[in-house]
Formats: sequence, structure tokens, C-alpha cells
Amino acid sequence: MQKQPSFAMEEYNFAFLDEGSKREIRRSVLKGIAIPGYQVPFASRELPIGRGWGTGGLQLTLSLLGKEDCLKVIDQGHDDSVNAVSIRKLVETSSSIETTEDTAEASVIQTRHRIPEEKLRDDQILVLQVPEPEPLRRVEARETETERLHGEKEYSSIWVRLYEDIVRYGEITIGADYPCIVHGRYIFNPSPIPRYDVPKLHQADGLYLFGAGREKKIYAVPPYTDVEPLQFEDYQFEEEEFNGESCRLCGSDNVFLDEIYDSHTGTKFYQCSDTGYCHKMQKQGGVT
Amino acid sequence: MGYVAVTGGQEAIEQADKLSKYYRTSEITSLLDPQMIEKQMRLLIDRIMGEGGMYAPEYAAIALKQAEGDPLEATFLMRAYRSTLPRHFYSHAVDTSSMRVIRRISASFKDIPGGQMLGPTNDYTHRLLQFSLRHENEEALQRFATDYGLVDEEEQERITFPKIVDLLREQGLVANTKKDEEVVPCDITRQKLTFPASRSARLQTLARGETGAMTSLAYSSMRGFGVIHPTVGELRVGYTEVTIPYPFGENDDDGIYLGEVMMTEVESINSFDENEDEEDLQFAIGYGLTLGQNEVKGIAMSILDRSLETTGDQVSQDEEYVLTHIDSVESYGFVSHLKLPHYITFQSKLDRIRQAQQKQSGKGAEEYAETT
Repeated sequence: MQKQPSFAMEEYNFAFLDEGSKREIRRSVLKGIAIPGYQVPFASRELPIGRGWGTGGLQLTLSLLGKEDCLKVIDQGHDDSVNAVSIRKLVETSSSIETTEDTAEASVIQTRHRIPEEKLRDDQILVLQVPEPEPLRRVEARETETERLHGEKEYSSIWVRLYEDIVRYGEITIGADYPCIVHGRYIFNPSPIPRYDVPKLHQADGLYLFGAGREKKIYAVPPYTDVEPLQFEDYQFEEEEFNGESCRLCGSDNVFLDEIYDSHTGTKFYQCSDTGYCHKMQKQGGVT
Repeated sequence: MGYVAVTGGQEAIEQADKLSKYYRTSEITSLLDPQMIEKQMRLLIDRIMGEGGMYAPEYAAIALKQAEGDPLEATFLMRAYRSTLPRHFYSHAVDTSSMRVIRRISASFKDIPGGQMLGPTNDYTHRLLQFSLRHENEEALQRFATDYGLVDEEEQERITFPKIVDLLREQGLVANTKKDEEVVPCDITRQKLTFPASRSARLQTLARGETGAMTSLAYSSMRGFGVIHPTVGELRVGYTEVTIPYPFGENDDDGIYLGEVMMTEVESINSFDENEDEEDLQFAIGYGLTLGQNEVKGIAMSILDRSLETTGDQVSQDEEYVLTHIDSVESYGFVSHLKLPHYITFQSKLDRIRQAQQKQSGKGAEEYAETT
């Protein structure tokens, strides 16, 4: 891992944002950690990537990074996805810190829509990009109203929504971004990670931070916090079902898989969505 | 392979950058100097500065060149740059009554103290496509400049006018005259907008709002989806002085003069019967202020400012709706983000629909079995 020679954007501060902004964001993070699952409002800054393209996560990352940190960025589990590349490149040019594709090497991991397969350690921070921080938005459009509902812990409307799902479709239809209760208090959106990733948040070793740039909210799941997906006794939370399929590249069958179609033959096959993990498994298994 | 992860990301981005540059420059006969944009696309520059929340004509011109003329993208570039700048000072409140006016009209009174001053406007020119602009030449332009003989604006005698609304206010005809309780205005770039918003937060949000979105919402109110259909008491365009507090000043009024910014200010007058809750037989003022010359936005802002004071079920009366949906950086960003891959969420949704279908067809079979 080679450090880049110099700071490539000398017109800008280290890690792009000015220090005052970074400090403000870190204060919001501390508050979020103190009140798990509570959405802390913050004055989100505009960044040189699109609003709604990960600016919340990126503001967290930029304000957390020090010169000794090592960053991994993934989108859909993938280090080489265009958006991940774009975000990583911005951090590299504005801070010249180390980056990596190896989950184990990173001190900060920024991600969109996935939690890596490798377990987060207690010295690692996972930063998730959040499009819609408000779990109750599914049932109530107004911020003024959802704030009150959270304040009063009045969550009946979302339970009714789940119940109606079951009545109409025979099951809960929420796919990704499955609402959960954090430590018996706040219902929160874990960001659009698959349901497969949700249990990783429960009583974890590492720190999970969530940043919604456009909606101007930061929240956190600190280590060793209970995270329970909303479910009924007779209609339990279900992870995605892969029917025993395994990755065609590394053979793993205990991971989240992408479903892929061959454009010539139309054949369906599966491979790991976490490409960093897949490479590691391929190496370990002697696959080249 | 079909719809797989967009890989080779690094190289793809580099190639896309090159292609964009190619498309921007491949068929040109002469290069666009940002100064040309700054001086000849004045209204667009003003719009970008207003929506970008940063008064920097040169940067707006660069942004427009870079964005190939897309105002949403140019505004975004301005905002992204703006957020890297540390905040050292807040200026004094600008005094628009001492504005060096270049244009000032009232639709309420024919004769106003100081008179109407049409100034630079295309309001009464016929919108005929001027084909002569194809062959506009510099010589003729210079001759025009000499013949017209307009002295440099800054050397002109400073023209200021009393404000129309002040006249009405003196006569006790204006209702919302009380000063807001809040002493220190909110700064929406440093505090998240919450609802109900303070008036300063509301006005700041409107001042940076997207011209088209605001015009559309204001229009809906005028057409009947809302109650506001005002008379323009005064619309003025001109230069206002900006000063910051002198750091070692004895009192807060000691200021350091930074320069002038062009602004458009609109005060619209609203009938006293628009809000059922109000019993005062007085006019209510809607206020609009934006950077540069952007008159339709100024008027729209004054309508929305007033409209948000009224109660009702229409969109233009809903503070949260209006203020959270007029920011172009946010709407442009979020609508565009749908171009990003969403295949994890889609996979998750596929799983749900397959399960639900399975259950449904299973249930159907059971019911069929029961009937036979």
C-alpha cells in the first residue's frame, strides 16, 4: 500500500471540508452514539458529488479521517463500482490517505447498500450512506409529524403497515432497508442493506455510523447494541433466500449473492456481492 | 454478460471524462471565454449565483462553462465549492432602502415618490427572434456605446428611492410590521432546517430556491391552489452595499465596507381577507430578495413567503412541502441518483415478490382444491 506523494488539491483543506464543519459533524456523531438510533439533525454540506449519491456517508468519512487512517469504499459490495471509485478518488485526492480493498486492513469503511461479509472489528468504523433516514416515511410524509411520533414512541402506524402487508400479500413485503428497533427505543432505517445484513448490526463489535446528506441526519448503532428487526411472533423477519446456491467464482454459499444473467445464453448464475471477500476466498481456495 | 456490477470503474470514469470533454469541444470554431459568459449571459449568471448562494460572477461563469450551460449542474458546482469556504464573518443586514437603483417599478401606484424607473428590462420588447444577432459586430457595438453615451454606472449620481411599503406603513395600512422576536438570524448552511421554520430560515431557503420550482409553486397559488394573488408594491433592482462588523469596533454598527452586490427586492401587497384567521383590516406584505437580477424569482418568493403565512390545505401553503422541495441541489441530486446501481435492493425486492407470488399461487391452489 503506497502513500500518494502529495496532497493533490492544494486549494482545499485536508479531507475537503473545513475543520469547523468537520468538528460539527463529529459532535453530531457523538450525540448519535449517545442516543442509539436517534436521528441527529446536522447542517449537511454540499459536496462535489451529487446530493443523494452518498454525501451523508462521505461527510462522516471526511470528518473522521486522520492522516493515519486507511479507507475502503464499496458500493453494492463492490470496490470497483463507479460510484465507489468516484468517492474513493475524491478522498484520495483531497487527503492522500491510504485506501484498500481489503476489509481487514481498513480502519474506516464507507459503503452503500451492503455490510461486508467479514465481521467488523472493534477498531473499525463502518459508514453507511443513507437515502431516507426516516423509517416512518413509509406511513407519514411529514417531518414535523414523524418527529413527534418518535418522541412519543408512537409506532403503531408502522406495525399496522406490516400487518396490512400480511393481509394483502401473505407476508411482509419490505425488501431492503428493513426497519429495526435499536435497543428497545427508536425504530430506524438501517439504510438499504439487504435483510441478510441486518443481523450483523445486533450486538456487533464495531461502530456503525449512518449519514443522510440530503435529509441532513446522522445516526449510529454503537458496539454491543441490540438491533431487532420488526416482526410478529407468527410472521417472522426473513432474510433473502438463495435456495442453497453458491458463488460461481469462490464457491461460498453463506454469503449474499448477486443474481446474474448471461447475455448470450440467458442462463442465471450467482456470485458474491462482496467482491473483496470473494477475492480472498478465491485465493484461499487456490482459485486464480 | 448482462446486468452485472459496473466494473472497471476507474477506467470507465476516465473515459467518460474524456468523452465529455470531446463532446464539449469537438465541433467548436472558437473557444468560449468564461468572461464572455459572465458579461453576455448576465441573467443566467445572476440565477446561478442566487441559487448557488454565492455572489461570485466569475465563478458562476466558469461553472456554466464546465456544466455546458446546465443551470442545475452549474448551481451544484457553486454550492460544492462554497461548502469548502470557512465562515469568518456575518455581514450587517443590507439596507435596501439605500440601494443604488438601476430599475424600480410599482404596480400599485401610478405616481410614486421618485417615479417609476423602467431600467434594463425586456418586459416591453417584442419577443421576436432577432436574426441580426447572427452578425452583430464589435464596431457597431462600440458606435452604439458612444452614441448612447451612458456614463459608467458607478460614476453616475447615486440614485436612491424611498420604499413604497414604508409609505403605506406610515399610514398604518400594513399589518405585518412587528419585528421578529429572534435577534440572531438562523443560518441554514450551519443549522438543519426544522419546522415550523423561523422566518429568517424560511427567507434564506427561498432566496436559494430554484427559480423554476418557485415560479411553479407561486403560479399554483395565483391560479387558485392557494389564496395569494398579490399586487407588486415595489420591485427594485440595484446595488446594495455589504459591510461586516469592524472586529475592534466600539459598537456593532462600525462596519468595514466590502463592496456592492446586485440584488432584486420585491415587496408584494396582499389583501387583508386572504387569511381567515386574521381580523386586521390591513395589507400584508410578502417579501422577496435574491442575488442578482432575477425578477420572476423575487416575485415568486414574495408570494410564497406570504402564502406560507396563510393556513389551508394547498401545497403552496404547506411550509414543509415548499421549503424542502425547492432546493435544486437536493432535487437534482436525488432524482439523478436513480442512475446509480440498485441491484442489492432490487435483489431483495425480487426475493419478496417471488415469495409473495409463491404464496399466492399456493393459496389459489388450496382454494381450488376446496371448491372441487
